[in-house]
Amino acid sequence: MLRLPENFETFPEARKAGFMKMKEHKDRGGKIVGIYCSFVPTELIMAAGAVAVSLCATSEEPISAAEEYLPSNLCPLIKASYGFGLTDTCPYFYFSDFIVGETTCDGKKKMFELLNDIKETYVMQLPSSRDEIALNMWEQEMYKFWRKLEDFYGITITEEDVKKAILEKNAERDLILEYLELSKLNPSPISGYELGTKLDALSFIPDMDERCRQIRQRIDEVKADWEQNYKGKISRKPRILITGCPNGGVRDKTIKILEELGADVVAFDTCNSNREKIEKVDTSLPVAKALAKKYLNINCSVMSPNENRLKFITDMVDEYEVDGVLEIILQACHTFSIESYNVKKAVVAKGIPYLKVETDYSKADAGQINTRLEAFLETIAV
Amino acid sequence: MDKQYYIGIDIGSSASKVVVTDDERLIDSFCLPTGWNSKETANTIYQKLKEKGFSDNISCAATGYGRICVEYADKVITEITCHAKGAYALFSQDGTIIDIGGQDTKIISLESGMVKDFLMNDKCAAGTGKFIEVMANRLGTDFEELYYLASNGEPLSISSMCTVFAESEVISYIGSGEKRENIAAGVIDSVANKVINLAKKHGLHGEIMLTGGLSYTPYFIELMSEKTGRQIHTHPLGRYAGAIGAAISLRPKNSNIRFG
Repeated sequence: MLRLPENFETFPEARKAGFMKMKEHKDRGGKIVGIYCSFVPTELIMAAGAVAVSLCATSEEPISAAEEYLPSNLCPLIKASYGFGLTDTCPYFYFSDFIVGETTCDGKKKMFELLNDIKETYVMQLPSSRDEIALNMWEQEMYKFWRKLEDFYGITITEEDVKKAILEKNAERDLILEYLELSKLNPSPISGYELGTKLDALSFIPDMDERCRQIRQRIDEVKADWEQNYKGKISRKPRILITGCPNGGVRDKTIKILEELGADVVAFDTCNSNREKIEKVDTSLPVAKALAKKYLNINCSVMSPNENRLKFITDMVDEYEVDGVLEIILQACHTFSIESYNVKKAVVAKGIPYLKVETDYSKADAGQINTRLEAFLETIAV
Repeated sequence: MDKQYYIGIDIGSSASKVVVTDDERLIDSFCLPTGWNSKETANTIYQKLKEKGFSDNISCAATGYGRICVEYADKVITEITCHAKGAYALFSQDGTIIDIGGQDTKIISLESGMVKDFLMNDKCAAGTGKFIEVMANRLGTDFEELYYLASNGEPLSISSMCTVFAESEVISYIGSGEKRENIAAGVIDSVANKVINLAKKHGLHGEIMLTGGLSYTPYFIELMSEKTGRQIHTHPLGRYAGAIGAAISLRPKNSNIRFG
């Protein structure tokens, strides 16, 4: 049931392939800044002439090593992030000149204090509300990070540099959004498993033009294939929206299984996709203010209140003609877990079935999750 | 034409349940321990059905955690859907089904006989039949006696969410010389609390129907009723709800079946 292109690159394969490109970049004297989260304004990193790379955080491997330092009852993403640094098994961590963290959730911000002992970790202080005071503070954080990059690399970053980066990044967002919106079509022309994997793997490609070229090419391929082979053959497969935590570490036992069971995963309210891509940086505002505004509006559950996310999800349900919502919660992610109460209420109010799955990176619960997903699809396909 | 038989097989983690129906009524039902090999259990069931004369004109649906091991099944469906169909056939009403199984506990909302929503406990034995089994072993007794003991005791508090830690709590009660009756009452009380918490999280809509092995224990039913302040409906075939649902799923739509 799962349809993948012949040259499909799995996440581990992409991670491995990217490693050589990143090494070449580094060997040529290129700058690399490691990040973990979509709240970090990559425009500033680009303006510094550096490449922002998402660091490894989605595998079970380094978790037991991390648990020597961190509590086991902590989100697997945080444990893996730290564990990869600790065991020196993430090549991108190794190549990074320094790391940028953010005070998104409590677990992460305290973990960054420990991570700083392994490699310099600069932490951006993200406020958790969206009022005027928060916006001003976040704008100041933009300036601070701007200066940090200048001091660290001994360079000057001009407003023009930032403006240029904003334009490039906005264009990339639009392109990725076009890629994500492919699955508004019926039948869905592309596997959600492929979409998610590709988006997570993108940051392993240091060159933005190359990233955009690959996405453009895939969009054109998929569109042509759809026009030729699928257009007009309306599918009755259940169309699923994925929301909640970053799912890279659990994609195989959730999204892949859903598609193998005969559903189409068509929409994502997640931090590697629409949640971050939908709003562009306003080019009519002064750059730091514009960046602050854009990044403060990301609908992550660390923000309070966060009603925008509910509206965002219910709008997506309409736009992508969604039949069911699966919320993926990583174990011990308090903010998403608590917010799931309101998400469920909003989704059910639209008359759409909702299922929440709480899990970690182990395979222990794969059987149980399978049953839940299967039963969930049975409730949709009546 | 010969009579068509619809067979529902529910391979649970501790017990396997089988029902045989025809177009109108339940013909036969039996139950056997699942053991350690679900495939072998499935074969034993096949042999047993054959001995009972159900080998021709049969169609078969499998459910439960061992459903994929039933190689001769014409249809495989999850226990959530089967329990819903089965409970609707048994109770003829919508509401909330609570099924306490050997490995997991399910809460299912029924609307017009269809699954509206469901919740399963998370990879944890607390609030399942397994929990009671572990504790009964620890107290050197079996299910039946455990309930008897519990009905004569004052529940001690067992607060741990984890079966392994809860067992330590029980051991320390044993060590400090607490009465077995009180410990047994504490064990059953803790299962009831966990199940009710799970059910409340899901929302206890409409009538409450209890299925699974524990639905045969008056003491437990009373306790659940006391704690929820609601009537708990049970059925003499409650254990077979999943298997009945599987059998029903094979039958032509809108056909009725009687469970008198």
